[in-house]
Amino acid sequence: MKAENVSKRYLTPVILILLLALLIALPWFTRPYMVVLLKTILMFTILSLSWALFSGTTGYTSLATAAFYGVGLYTAAKLGNVLPVPLMVLCGGLFSFILAAAIGAITLRLKGIYFAIFTLSTVELIKNVMHWYEINVAGVRGHRILHVSDATVFYYLLGITVLLLLVTYLIKRSKYGLALSSIGSCEEAAAHIGVNVITLKVFTFALSSFFVGLAGAIMATSINYIDAYIAFDLNYSFFPTLMAIFGGMGNLFGPVIGAVVFSYLREILITRFPYAYMFIFGLVMVLTILYLPNGLVGLYQTIRLKLKQANNKKEKTLGGKHASTSS
Amino acid sequence: MQVLQVEGLTKNFGGLRAVDGVDLTVESGEILGLIGPNGAGKTTLFNLISGTIKPSAGKVTFLGENIFGLKPYTICRKGLVRTFQSCKIFPELTVFQNVILGAFFGTSEKKSWEQAALQTREILEFVGLAHLSDVPAANLTLLDQKQVEVARALATQPKLLMLDEMMAGLNPAEVEAAMTLVQKIRDQGITIIMIEHVMKAIMNICGRIVVLDHGKKVAEGSPKEISTNKKVIEIYLGE
Amino acid sequence: MIAIINTLINGLLLGGIYAVTAVGLSLQYGVARILNIGHGEYIMVGAFITWMLHTTTGINPLLCLVVVGPVLFVIGYLVQRFLFKTLKDRSPSPAAFEGSSMLLAFGTLFIIQSLAIFIWGRNVEGYSYMAYSVYLGPLRFSANRLVILIFAILICILFYLFLAHTRIGKAIRASSQDPEAASLMGVKINRMLAICFALGAMMAGFAGMLISLAYPINTTMGMQYTIIAIIVVVLGGLGSILGSLIGGFLLGIFGAIVSNFEPGLTLAAYYLLFMVLLLVKPSGIFGR
Repeated sequence: MKAENVSKRYLTPVILILLLALLIALPWFTRPYMVVLLKTILMFTILSLSWALFSGTTGYTSLATAAFYGVGLYTAAKLGNVLPVPLMVLCGGLFSFILAAAIGAITLRLKGIYFAIFTLSTVELIKNVMHWYEINVAGVRGHRILHVSDATVFYYLLGITVLLLLVTYLIKRSKYGLALSSIGSCEEAAAHIGVNVITLKVFTFALSSFFVGLAGAIMATSINYIDAYIAFDLNYSFFPTLMAIFGGMGNLFGPVIGAVVFSYLREILITRFPYAYMFIFGLVMVLTILYLPNGLVGLYQTIRLKLKQANNKKEKTLGGKHASTSS
Repeated sequence: MQVLQVEGLTKNFGGLRAVDGVDLTVESGEILGLIGPNGAGKTTLFNLISGTIKPSAGKVTFLGENIFGLKPYTICRKGLVRTFQSCKIFPELTVFQNVILGAFFGTSEKKSWEQAALQTREILEFVGLAHLSDVPAANLTLLDQKQVEVARALATQPKLLMLDEMMAGLNPAEVEAAMTLVQKIRDQGITIIMIEHVMKAIMNICGRIVVLDHGKKVAEGSPKEISTNKKVIEIYLGE
Repeated sequence: MIAIINTLINGLLLGGIYAVTAVGLSLQYGVARILNIGHGEYIMVGAFITWMLHTTTGINPLLCLVVVGPVLFVIGYLVQRFLFKTLKDRSPSPAAFEGSSMLLAFGTLFIIQSLAIFIWGRNVEGYSYMAYSVYLGPLRFSANRLVILIFAILICILFYLFLAHTRIGKAIRASSQDPEAASLMGVKINRMLAICFALGAMMAGFAGMLISLAYPINTTMGMQYTIIAIIVVVLGGLGSILGSLIGGFLLGIFGAIVSNFEPGLTLAAYYLLFMVLLLVKPSGIFGR
């Protein structure tokens, strides 16, 4: 039984490292299309992991992801020709961090759906102002961005994903992870046992947005042209939200699974049946919220629990021969 | 020694004065009972002292320090902690997780995971919940949930514990158990204020009782004095 | 002076539509506790049905009312009965329902919008109807907007009379004030909620019909009208038709003033106003 535990403990890290090695090696031996697809998948993985880090734990549904992603894109558009790529990407993250901290600080008193519609409006406000500014003040609409090779973008995204997974993992197993869940569970009680809910919320929101900004800045180098409507597209808020909920947030990898499934689906459908994609997206969203509130991970856990119970029952009826293993 | 001094504490909700110039002193090591009819402003008074809502006027001094209008987490870290009338545990978390949160965040000192865990286990042992440590709090009975809330409060190492209707909804045997627990906590040197409707508990374990009505303090004294106080009898009979 | 009066008049003309836009949303949130973020999609559908009927058969767009109303009513009824009711039954608490019903509404938004794009495409559409000006002294009105205002007020009055004097209307009002007491008095709450949601969708359809008379429409216009409806409800108060009218006119005038200075920023100003309102009244922007 002990040996089993040890092997189980090392199983996940080993699989993860193998997977990472495979991904690192991938651009050398696959078709270019594969790298492009993986870029999208990683981008959405980052977005939905980031969403889960704040909204999944605290229960505050943020629909501002598109704003942070757009800030990343615009950072690249404005600074891409001035700064070296790593610095430019970092700036994208920092600007998103600052914007998120500001939004967090002024929305402290907003709860539930009010926070959600406020963040939604933030995206629309930025989009409209930006659009107006470019047409009426700056006189140019849209930007061309310097191009970086697909493989480089892929490695950046992979790096950001690994970093974000690591950060999420460390937060989840620390006292701060526990405190975030306590905010999601009952914020008032959390505040009364000494949790500084305000600082914790604002910082986590900003930190999670930092990664979205990074992703936006590096993804911008794959796009030929951006304007306000492309950069601040609300779909970048909706997709990660659904992906995280669909995958399930009871586990670190739930949002990853959701993102992989959906980005892949999107890739296949969007070129051939663009509206079918939106339709399926809506349908899955409806079905997930109605029947899978804990996502695929939750479904898996429920099934496993049921199987375990069924097994236990069987063992009992067999006369408790294996009673020692059932604990 | 005085643990808490409240002077002229007032809260206006629009035109309504929910708490109206209340004075209160709490001596170290006592169990103070706070009673009054529904809507008398008892819970609002707790809310004002513990920082749940901001007072409109008055003075609150805790261990010689002004805590008027501070944020709940700051007040908690200074050693004043409260529980809630409608039990506010974290249902998704286990009993252990509920309590260790108090240990981690309730004081200003930095703790390692081992230190916090050790302290948590001691407290669970103390309130008699050690055997339920890994159960999600949502699955507990009401009494156990209330004890989790108390344990979580104790984990913040308070000097003053404010209990809001801990006995409500409990059966007589459970009330008995809760009363014993409250006395045990006091014997640890923690001062207690309790809002309570269960008169038996109030009369038996409180050294002193304060009566509120319509946001004002109307009487104060030993259980015996209170039970014969004309004004108090009037309030309760006139209800 | 003339400019100021013209701005005010433009605001009033705009405000009529905004009021009708909000009545449905107000009803749905006030009674059924659903913040229907997909509200604008029902408006869009109403607008496109009107456009389609008018451009293919040539009938008067105002008469499309008799088609738009029932169609949207049925859609709304089905959506509530099969989706929101299921969610309500499965939700552990009212607060949980409120949160997830918003996400569910997003799901319906995508479904309705994608179907609409499939049927009607993505282009900006429109037709001209009474596109001439009428003069009153030095003041100039566009005729179709005047018709819209008159119809908007008429619809609001009729809807008010319906709620105040019919049995169903009274039952809806009872359910919104005290669901338990209403159910004790024999009101079938579930049926009431479905009817209520359906009526909200119907009112959205009427708003869409009115919008199509004078404004260009496209299949992705829904969200902006949802936000407008929410702002109007915030301004005018929840669950009252008079409130929606007042809120609609207030927002219309606000919009007219902003577009006097900078037409490109009208929508941005709406969002800004909305966010400020949220921050000022954080716990209950939907006060009664």
